[in-house]
Order: sequence, then structure tokens, then C-alpha cells
Amino acid sequence: MSGPATSGATIPAGSEPKAALRHRLAERGVDRTLLLVLPAALAVIALFCYPFLYGLQLSFQPAKGGALGAYRQFFSEPFSRKSIWATFSLALPASLINVGVSVPISYRMRREFRGKRLLLALLVVPITLGTVLTAEGILEFYGPAGWFNRTLHLLGLADSPMHLTMNYTGVLLSLIISGFPFAYLLTHSYLSGIHPSLEKAASTLGAGWWQRFRYITFPLLLPGLLTTFSLCFVLAFAVFPSAMMVGDPNGSTHVISIEAYQAALERFDYAQGSADAMIMTALMLVVLVAVAVLRSRLYRGSTGGKG
Amino acid sequence: MSASVHAADSTAGSGPAPATGPAPGATARRRGGLALRPGTWLTWAVLAFFFVNLLGVIGTVLVDSLGSRWFASWLPSGWTGHWYSDAWKEFSLGQVLGTTVEVTFLVVLLSLVLAVPASYALARRDFPGKKLLTTLFVLPILVPPIAYGIPMATVLYKFHLAGSLTGVVLANLVPSIPFVIFTMTPFIEQVDPKIEAAARMCGASTWTVLTRILAPLLLPGILAAGILVLVRTFGMFELTFLTAGPTSQTLIVALFSAVNSAGIRSTQSIDAMAVLYTGTMAVLLLVALRFVNPTQLVTRSSD
Repeated sequence: MSGPATSGATIPAGSEPKAALRHRLAERGVDRTLLLVLPAALAVIALFCYPFLYGLQLSFQPAKGGALGAYRQFFSEPFSRKSIWATFSLALPASLINVGVSVPISYRMRREFRGKRLLLALLVVPITLGTVLTAEGILEFYGPAGWFNRTLHLLGLADSPMHLTMNYTGVLLSLIISGFPFAYLLTHSYLSGIHPSLEKAASTLGAGWWQRFRYITFPLLLPGLLTTFSLCFVLAFAVFPSAMMVGDPNGSTHVISIEAYQAALERFDYAQGSADAMIMTALMLVVLVAVAVLRSRLYRGSTGGKG
Repeated sequence: MSASVHAADSTAGSGPAPATGPAPGATARRRGGLALRPGTWLTWAVLAFFFVNLLGVIGTVLVDSLGSRWFASWLPSGWTGHWYSDAWKEFSLGQVLGTTVEVTFLVVLLSLVLAVPASYALARRDFPGKKLLTTLFVLPILVPPIAYGIPMATVLYKFHLAGSLTGVVLANLVPSIPFVIFTMTPFIEQVDPKIEAAARMCGASTWTVLTRILAPLLLPGILAAGILVLVRTFGMFELTFLTAGPTSQTLIVALFSAVNSAGIRSTQSIDAMAVLYTGTMAVLLLVALRFVNPTQLVTRSSD
């Protein structure tokens, strides 16, 4: 069933036009092997595209207010409108911090050293902890009686416990704990794709470390960094469990995913919930497209990669 | 803050200094030796601070689940294991774990069956519309799970599948299929098509090529992809949360519900459940790391 169609030669002369067509298609890569794509493509269409389009048309059929009623409702209500600001004010700083801190660290650690594999393996741990467990741990570790505040108190750095949970800071912390390893691993692998000989060449011409970083490594790294930023942003933009658990879900961390969830599954207003989900997707795609446009203006040639 | 500096001290002192590595550039730059420069210090300090906090976050949960009473002190007043049996009974964890295993294995199996053939075709053929197809497979990874989970839950309610095991499995297939495709395609690209051609020339049928040539060569890749989907599905919160009913909850959703509806429940038994979750995840992770190198993996899935 999977063999490449090796037809053409054995086909009788009577069916020549058909055979020729098949031959021409096979030359462009269309043959029976392509049928193997079908199951997965159909599954994604049925399980992803259809529900998404269903949600899209549902969002134009709210109970009241005409076709655009649900969208008007979202933007006229200050509480829901502010969720856009809440989302961006969490996602942008979180992804900027994660990517920004990863660059110097992975630049320092780009060479091989003993225990590097262990370090990389340790960094995978927070990714797999999942947001729920991270949130649970943050609640207790950074809480008023947690170890973090105890340490601060012991060292005389704070008189009264710092309020790090149930507010904006808690959610930002959880985004950093789960997002930083991800950003670091990505930056690290992009950086290891830049051949060290490029920097050495600059070194022979008398460039200092800052010049080498600024004019050689950084421009080559920048496209990868933008991709990393996009992926981090996607993760942070969809923050949901930690915003509910360590945040202040009805105040400063009332992010757009909470707004959509509450509309759809607490108030059972599916039209409004779908509209919120569509607004969320649109906002995220705007940011991703902006980053992609920025990325397409950068140098995209070879980085002399070794791997 | 100064706790972290202290920790960084010990890490940098006992740990390996970057300059001692066997890398090509190392010998030329060995002017520092162990007397590290401030930049290196800062790097280690930031990393150590991160790990100290991470350890604190995990440690707090672990200690709390084993302590008898813990209010305003560094450590609990006594140690006990009964929160685990409490949690087991209180949250009917036996049933939850059964569901989790069932969901995860069904998702792994189905996504492999659906996606491995597709990745073969994508790796071997270049055809018009390939970009469009790739976009179709990228979208479920890019769009946040909550954003498509809500319309999907509505559709599942329409077909009376929401709340059932089938619904949860179907929902989890959406991110898993593209994930398998993007993990498997580079694996298949590495297999030289000439091997297949040679087998065919020696008279092998399609079935023989599939079972004797491709399957043994692709088995490591399939295993890696399967384990990664296993880990992801085990930790997938949003989609399962939106589509699961009371009897089809996985462990992570049960954990979230326990925390969020906590009234009279003791935090300790919730933490016991969290530790069970982390323990299972750690075992899965160790198994996964035997098969895949994290950096390689990231390079693959991002390009």
C-alpha cells in the first residue's frame, strides 16, 4: 500500500492519456504514497478545523445583539476588555525575561563542559512538572509562611512577609519557572548551530568578546531568538491553570483564557465563549505574524552549523 | 537573594568551570582557570538561584505531603505517610489512575497509527500543496489549547461525547498527531531511500519492505515519538479539563479540581496526590531521556 507507483511502462497503449497523466503527476510527487497522509489530515480536519469553524460561526449567533453581538459584548464590558491587557502584561514580560536571560547564560555555556548533559536534563524537569504542580508548589514555597519568606526573614532582608502569591507576581513566577527551561534549551540549540570558527575568525582580526558577540554571534542568533520568543509567547499567552491557582482570577490576572472559560463552561454561553476564543486566537496570531515579518527581514543564510 | 549567592558559591566552587572543558576554544582562553570572571559568576548564580527555587517549589510539596502538622515552622512537627492513603481514598485515585493510563495509551497508539504513515509521505514526497498541508499540521501546535478546546468542547457536547473517555481521547489526539509528525519526519528523512529501492530490486513486496526494512529502521524514532506523546498527554491539562466528565478525569485534572474546589480538604492529601503525579512523571521522564537527547529534540521540533 505504500510503494511508490511504478506504473507507466507496463500500461497498454489503449490507456495512454491516463497513464501519461499519472506519470506527469508522479513526476511532481503525486502518487499513491500520498494517500498515507490522508488519515492524519482527515483526523486533524475533523477534530481541529471543523470544531474551530463551528466555533467561529457559533460566535456570530449570540442569543442577543445580532451577528456581532458577542464581540460587541466583549469589548463594551470593561471587565472582559481588560483581560486583553492582563494577558499581554503577563505574557510579554514573561517571554522577554525568559528569552533575555537565556541568551547570556547559553552564550556563557556554549562550550562543552563536564556535567552539561546533567544540567540540560535537569532543565527538562520543570517542563514536565506541568503548570498545576508548579502552581501548587509556588503557593506553598512563596506563600507568607513558606520557605522563601522565611529565608528572607532570617537574613533580615524583609520585616514582613512579601506577598508573592495570589497576585500578578505569583503568575509571573510560575510562567518563568515553566518557561525559562524551554527558552534556554531552544536558545542553546540555536547557539550550538553557529560554527565556532566564525567567532575565531573575528578573534584573529582583533575583535573583543563584546564585538564578537554583537557583530557575529548575535545577528546569526537573532532569527532563532525570534522563533524562541514566539514559542514562549504562545505558552505564556495561554496561561490558564496558574492564573486560576496562584493568581487573582477575578482581578489583576483575569486573563483572556479565564474569561473565555467562564463564559463557555460556567455561564454556558457557548456563543460568547467561542467569540472570546476567536479573539484570543486572533490576538495571538497578530503577534506571531508581526514576529515572523520581523524575522523575514533578517539574515537567513548559513550559520556554518555543525549540527 | 543572598541565599542564592551562597548556593552559587558552592556550585561554582565544586562544579566544573566552563574553561576546563575539552572544547576547541578552551585552551586558547584558559587565562582564568578557576578564578572565574564576573560574567561566569553571574551566570552560575542565576542558574543556581533558579534551581534553588525549583527545588524549593518541589521540596515544599514533598515535605508537606509527608508531614503530620506544619504551620509556622521550618519543618513539620512529625512525619507520617497516612496522607497518601487518605488521598487514595478521598480522590478515588485508583479509578483516576486507571483512566489516566487508559487515555494516555489510547492517545499514543492512535496518534502513532495515524501520524507515522503521514510523516513517511511528508518525508519522502515533494508535492504541490505540501506547504498548505504542513500549515494544517502546525496550526494545532500554535493555537493555544484553551482557544480551540472551547469550540471543541461545544462540538463534543453536540455529539454527546463530552465527558466520556472517547471525547477526552479525541481531544488529546489534536496536538499529538502533529507532534508525532514533526518528531518522525526527520527520523524518516535520515533513512536512505536507496535501501528501499535495493530491497525492491531484490524482489521484496511492499509488505516485506515495510516489515523487514522500514520497521526495524524506524523503531527507535517511533518509540521516541510515542514516549514523548505519552509524557505530553499525561501532563496535558487544558484539553482534558475542558472535555472530561467526573468519570473521565485524568490525574492532573483531578489535582486541579482538588485544589480549586478545596474547602474542607486538607492541603496535605492534595500534596500527596501532587507527589504521586510528579513521581509518575519523573519515571516517564527518565524512560524518555534514555531514548532522546533533549537538545536534539528541541532542534528537531523547532525546525
